[in-house]
Amino acid sequence: MEYLFVLAMVGLAASMVAGGLIVARLVAPHKPGGLKDIPYECGEQPIGQAWIQFNVGYYLFGLLFLVFDVEAALMYPWAVVFRSVGLAGLIEMAIFVLVLIIGLVYAWRKGVLEWV
Amino acid sequence: MSSVVTSLLVIVFVLFSLLTTASLLIWLERRLLALWQDRYGPNRVGPFGLGQVLADMIKIFFKEDWTPPFADRPVFVIAPTFIVITALMSFAVVPFSPSILVSDIDIGVLFFLAMSSLGVYSVALAGWASNNKYALLGALRASAQMLAYEVFMGLSLMGVVAITGSFSMQAIVKAQENIWFIVLQPIGFVIFMIAGIAETHRIPFDLPEAESELVAGFHSEYSGMKFGMFFVGEYIGITLISALLVTLFMGGWHGPFLPPVLWFFIKVFFFICGFILLRASLPRMRYDQLMAFGWKLMLPLSLLNLMATGAVILWSS
Repeated sequence: MEYLFVLAMVGLAASMVAGGLIVARLVAPHKPGGLKDIPYECGEQPIGQAWIQFNVGYYLFGLLFLVFDVEAALMYPWAVVFRSVGLAGLIEMAIFVLVLIIGLVYAWRKGVLEWV
Repeated sequence: MSSVVTSLLVIVFVLFSLLTTASLLIWLERRLLALWQDRYGPNRVGPFGLGQVLADMIKIFFKEDWTPPFADRPVFVIAPTFIVITALMSFAVVPFSPSILVSDIDIGVLFFLAMSSLGVYSVALAGWASNNKYALLGALRASAQMLAYEVFMGLSLMGVVAITGSFSMQAIVKAQENIWFIVLQPIGFVIFMIAGIAETHRIPFDLPEAESELVAGFHSEYSGMKFGMFFVGEYIGITLISALLVTLFMGGWHGPFLPPVLWFFIKVFFFICGFILLRASLPRMRYDQLMAFGWKLMLPLSLLNLMATGAVILWSS
């Protein structure tokens, strides 16, 4: 039942946003053509497209993010039942975090965290 | 049945007040910045320049809503709507008072984190769909930054969750009746605040839209209503982070004498002004400093904070 309200909120928020776009489409002028058809590059003629390959550094950070986000996903349920699992749970989680921190230190030493 | 009607009224009230607040905040920010930087700010339209809000709205609606022919059309249109919808949806779990809230789902904190993750798509897709080099660079910066700061944004909240033993926002607020979590979790509070500023890419973390380097970053090619969406989305984002800081760390609607709703709004307003003061006083970070700060300092610190919190909870019980 509670989730139905969330769903109602999604619907209303989406329709408000869509409403804004539709109203703007109806009242705003529309004059295509001219220099508007060129990507903005401070007055220079753009060379080539912007859809190109980009720095591999971003992928490495993406991978790191994946590792730590999955870790966080495991920690959420642990935090909720924290009081009932007690000391054993804390020690297990500490070992788990330690393994991940070793991974972070490895990436750090390898220079992945340096931005070039 | 009456509870359903009440909840629906709350939803409509929340949505409308948020959109109004967002446009008022644009005015408030310009006035406060002017005050702190010894300028006038908008003061011509109406009393104290308040008519500026209306003038801006009219302008946004009547400007050409341009979709460039070189862009990826459907993605270009969808991207700006995403940031507004996800930011608005996060308010579904924020308790404004003991009785005024849209939905007290028992995964409130997780819901907020999920919505803030979805916000990344908006920025990344907008930059990619624009087919503009500045926009692409802005989008790449934004995604790397938001991913980095999202990790420990979640981790910084785990201390609060461990103390309360629940993800429900209302339960977290009720657990703060005697002592606010900012006292028990000062490091968590600071980490969450920094991550929140980075997630909304405000100064000093506004690299995705650094004007002096990238024109307007990921929204360089946007104009009219779609640009307005990014603008409004940013201000709703600030309100959201302030509301969560209040809910999770500053006792939510708890407070003496005044009604709870009023306390909530006073605290949120305080944090919003804090965000604006940051913008008035701080320079922009360099990109490598930003990434190093996130991965090398904040992430280990938030993990340590969580382990220490766990140890202290066990010690005291």
